[in-house]
Amino acid sequence: MQTLNQPLKTAETEPDLPHSYSEERETATMSSLDIDKIRRDFPILRREIDGKRLVYLDNAATSQKPLSMINCLNEYYQRYNANVHRGIHTLSEEATALYEGTRETVRRFIDARESCEIIFTRGTTEAINLVAYSWGRQNVLPGDEIVLSPMEHHSNLVPWQVLAQEREAKLVFLDLTEDGEINMETAAKLIGPRTKLLTITQMSNVLGTITPVQELARLAHKQGAVVLVDGAQGVPHLETSVQSMEVDFLAFSMHKMLGPTGVGVLWGKKEILNAMPPFMYGGDMISSVARERSRYNELPWKFEAGTPNIADVIASGKAIDYLTTLGMETVREHEMEITRYALSRLKELKGITIYGPKDATKRGGVVSFNMPDIHPHDLGQILSDAGIAIRAGHHCCQPLMKDLKVMGTARASFYIYNTFEEVDMLMAALREADKVMGNVACR
Amino acid sequence: MSLVDDLYRETILDHYHNPRNHGCIENATTSVEGVNPLCGDELTLYLKVNEAGLIEDIKMNAHGCSINTASGSMMSEAILGQTVERAKEIIESFKNMMLTKGEELPLDEEMEDLEALRGVKKYPVRIKCALLPWNTLLEGLETAEAKPGLSSTLSDSK
Ligand SMILES: Cc1ncc(COP(=O)(O)O)c(C=O)c1O
Repeated sequence: MQTLNQPLKTAETEPDLPHSYSEERETATMSSLDIDKIRRDFPILRREIDGKRLVYLDNAATSQKPLSMINCLNEYYQRYNANVHRGIHTLSEEATALYEGTRETVRRFIDARESCEIIFTRGTTEAINLVAYSWGRQNVLPGDEIVLSPMEHHSNLVPWQVLAQEREAKLVFLDLTEDGEINMETAAKLIGPRTKLLTITQMSNVLGTITPVQELARLAHKQGAVVLVDGAQGVPHLETSVQSMEVDFLAFSMHKMLGPTGVGVLWGKKEILNAMPPFMYGGDMISSVARERSRYNELPWKFEAGTPNIADVIASGKAIDYLTTLGMETVREHEMEITRYALSRLKELKGITIYGPKDATKRGGVVSFNMPDIHPHDLGQILSDAGIAIRAGHHCCQPLMKDLKVMGTARASFYIYNTFEEVDMLMAALREADKVMGNVACR
Repeated sequence: MSLVDDLYRETILDHYHNPRNHGCIENATTSVEGVNPLCGDELTLYLKVNEAGLIEDIKMNAHGCSINTASGSMMSEAILGQTVERAKEIIESFKNMMLTKGEELPLDEEMEDLEALRGVKKYPVRIKCALLPWNTLLEGLETAEAKPGLSSTLSDSK
């Protein structure tokens, strides 16, 4: 079995990678992931950028896709394409079975009780907006408090700002420690009798922080509040059980976990979803329509108005199958190792600022940093020239940037196909960037 | 040409590390804020325009990337001491250089340094970085023109 320490090899039928990395490294007990085999499943990883091997370290933005998922899309359009829930012909029945089958796949993946609690959306953003519009407008009253962390993605902040303004409710922000973890002491005070909703990310897309969701959920439930978790970063990388997290809503996006773009999931507790009004109105979400009024369909279709994203939902099932076959525990183990390695290598650069928890067990594979006197934009550009894709900017977390007193950060984020070699290539490119910019950092 | 030749030329790095006309003007006639929505970079531009329509002083407070900072620094040099009218022409020809495809129009002599930014054109996302100071200046000049004679109040435009 190949490990990350061994040189990358490609299958016989595929062209050799432009570089070979045979150098032995002392570090490293590697996870049980067969990275070499995994990499062969992702055709894009063989791409070259100006003659250089692509090093894809922008997984927090979106992940790359395995062939099984890509082929599934193809097959769907070639063999099963039909509208769902309507036709009585074979194709429609098959498409419906595949679509509804994926709902069950998702249920199992996040350990939900019933598959009718799984609602397909366009993404995390739409899932959160669904809750803000439907549950929020029904339940949040003047004087109520919505508690959130200061490191929320704009998509788990702006919908609540708007709701709070509309309802004269108040946003209350939890505190972060120096290391970017939730300060649990003050959390116990900030979550109070006026708290109507606690909404928090499972893992920060900037700091990498994994939040103590269950502990926070208990505090919130004691006050009678409802708990929403933004799982956009958490679900793709951590074994997730909505039951053991003890939360009420979970939102995530398939495109960050090997799936296609345009599919998200909202999971919600059945009792709460049943009590909520629909978010969008039209076809598919009704059970009967008369001229003047209609009866709404039951869960989950009540929240899936119109023709859904059938092909992409079905292909999402393949993405989940891929992760399930690897095992989420193994995925996590691999990411922890590569993050630990990246953190230790990055520290070699003089003057570098690395954000978030220092302990790899407390964070996911998202590493944000700044080099002295080099704007993240410039860093991103120079790295791109070396074939390395990272993200630079505010990562849709401008309030957090303000707290960190920066305009932006550079961010490398890892997934199942990333290797120690790629971390080394990142390091070499960072040194090169410093040279280009006039040797300000690594003196 | 490599990235370093295109983008990170000596002139640009010099302006990046030592931006000219950096800071703020106490008794500015106009101040404008500019934001690059892509990366969140912000800058505040201060202008002092006298009654005759001459730009007596220009300063910028910015913490942007090299392209943004260098572009602003070079702009301030090209614009200082010019009439508002002439400044607008300079803005126009710089924007033309950055935005037109195909034929390459040479810049006026007084804008020579700005030639260094031509390489940015090859990197479309960075064009916004180069243009931010210029668009901000344009907005500032328009505000300044809208209220001639005002000499010591800071406008809170935006
Ligand atoms: C923590 C977090 N929440 C929400 C989102 C939004 O996800 P999407 O754009 O797929 O709706 C992202 C993605 O960038 C994210 O990282």
